[in-house]
Amino acid sequence: MKMLINVAETVVADALRGMAAAHPELVVDAENRVIVRRDAPVEGKVALLSGGGSGHEPLHGGFVGPGMLDAACPGEVFTSPVPDQMVRAAAAVDSGNGVLFIVKNYTGDVLNFQMAAELAQDEGVQVASVLVNDDVAVTDSTFTAGRRGTGATLFVEKIAGAAADEGMPLERVEALARQVVASSRSFGVALSACTTPAKGSPTFDLPAGELELGVGIHGEPGRERRAMMTSREIADFSVDAILEDLDPKLPVLVLVNGMGATPLLELYGFNAEVRRVLDERGVAVARTLVGNYVTSLDMAGCSVTLCQVDGELLRLWDAPVQTPGLRWGR
Amino acid sequence: MLDAAFFVRWMTAAAAVIDREADRLTELDSPIGDADHGKNMQRGFTAVVKTLAAEPPATPGAVLTTAGRQLISSVGGASGPLYGTLLRRAGKVLGEADRVSAEELRSGLAAGVDAVGQLGGSAPGDKTMLDALVPGVTALSASFDAAAEAAGQGALATVPMQARKGRASYLGERSIGHQDPGAASSALLFAALAEVAK
Repeated sequence: MKMLINVAETVVADALRGMAAAHPELVVDAENRVIVRRDAPVEGKVALLSGGGSGHEPLHGGFVGPGMLDAACPGEVFTSPVPDQMVRAAAAVDSGNGVLFIVKNYTGDVLNFQMAAELAQDEGVQVASVLVNDDVAVTDSTFTAGRRGTGATLFVEKIAGAAADEGMPLERVEALARQVVASSRSFGVALSACTTPAKGSPTFDLPAGELELGVGIHGEPGRERRAMMTSREIADFSVDAILEDLDPKLPVLVLVNGMGATPLLELYGFNAEVRRVLDERGVAVARTLVGNYVTSLDMAGCSVTLCQVDGELLRLWDAPVQTPGLRWGR
Repeated sequence: MLDAAFFVRWMTAAAAVIDREADRLTELDSPIGDADHGKNMQRGFTAVVKTLAAEPPATPGAVLTTAGRQLISSVGGASGPLYGTLLRRAGKVLGEADRVSAEELRSGLAAGVDAVGQLGGSAPGDKTMLDALVPGVTALSASFDAAAEAAGQGALATVPMQARKGRASYLGERSIGHQDPGAASSALLFAALAEVAK
C-alpha cells in the first residue's frame, strides 16, 4: 500500500504541522495535540470542544473557528485522545462561561472525555457533555456499546457553535446540541476497506464485487455484506434504514458524506438519488451538504445523515461559519 | 514480601512482553477492532518504563498509581482509561506500605478489576479484558504461575464469545471466532508478573 507519509509513528504530528502552516488563524500545538482558535478564549462565549481519533479529517480540527468549535483534540489514528489533551484545551478556551464537550459514542472517546470532564471541573472549569449516537446501523441494545456517533457530529458542532456565537448560556447550547442528536440519524456504506498507516494493509477484506452495508467510520465491518448495488439501490436502502427510525414531520438537513476515497462526481450522483427517494417518501429537504466531512482515511463509500430541523435549528445552521473544513456567510 | 523494586521490575517486564507481542495484539485487533491495540499498549508501557526509571517511586502502591496515571495520559482509546484505572485503583488499595504480601497484591488487583468492570459497564463473558483479569486475579491466591495460566486460558476462552462491549460489539455474531485483544494483553500482564516472581 502506497501512502504519502514518512513513517506511521509521525503521521498525526506531521499532519498537525502542515495544518499549522496552512491555517495561521488556528493555534496548532503539535506536541500536545490541541487545535485552538487563535482568538480563544472568546469573551462572554460558551466554548465548544470536540475530539476523537485522527483519520476522519476534516473532523474535528477542520471545524475549529468562528461559528463552530473553539478547540479540537486529535488522537492517534482511530484512537481517542487522552484526557490531558482535553483538560489543556478546555483551560485554553474557557472564558468563564463553561465548555461543552461534544463526544462521539465510542467506548474510548466516552471514557477519556469523562475523565477529562472530572479533571477540568476539579480545576474550576464548568463542563457539560453531549453524546452523539446517530448511526442506525447499530441496533441499540444491551448487546452493543450503543449507537456510534458519525455524520451528525457535524450538525451538532455547527448548530451548537452558532448558538454559542449568539451568546447563549451553556445549558441552552447543551440543550440545542441534544436536540440535534435526537433529531439526527445516519447510515453508512463501504465500497472498500480503509488502510491505517500503522497496519499498512486494509482493515478488512471486501471482495471486488461486494459492498458492506451499515459500516462505521473506523474501517470496522458493518451489519451486512451484499453483492455490489447501484447508487439508486444504495440510496433506497440507506434512506429507508434511517426512516425506519426517524419520521420527519419537519424539513431535514441532508449530509451526503464521502468516506475519503469516493470522488465528488459519485457523491453528487448519489445525492441525486437521495433527493429522489426523500421526495418519494414525502420528506422535505431544507439544506443539503455534499462532500468529504467525516471520513475514514482512504475508505471508498459514503454515509447519509438526516437531521429534522425546526425554524431555530435551521437559522443556526445558516449562521456564518469560518473554519478550514466548513465556511459560509461571512 | 514484595517491595517497590519488584513492582518496577513487573512493569518493566510487562513493557518488554508487550513490545515482543505488539504485532500479535495488533493482528488480533484487526478483524474485530481497528488494528492498533499493540501499538497503543506499546506506546503506553514505553512511557510507563520511562517515567518509573526517571523517578522511581518509593512504594509498591506509588509504582502502580504512577504507571496507571501514565497509561491514561499516553494510551488513548478505551485501553488507556481501563488499564490506567486497573493499576491506579490497585495502587491506591496498596496504600503507602513499603512492602506488601502476595495476598495484599491480590486484593489490590481485585479492587482494580472491579473498577475496570464499573468503568466499562462490563462483566465476564462480554469478551473483554475482564475475561482474562478475573480468572487471573482469582488464581493469584494459589500462585503467580497459576494466575498467568488462568489469565492465558481466560483470554483463549474469549474466542467463541460474542462481543457485547467496545468496538467489536458492532460486529455482532461476526465477532465470534476471534480472540479479544484486550484479554490477550491482560494475560500478558500476568505472564510478566509470573516471570519476575521467579
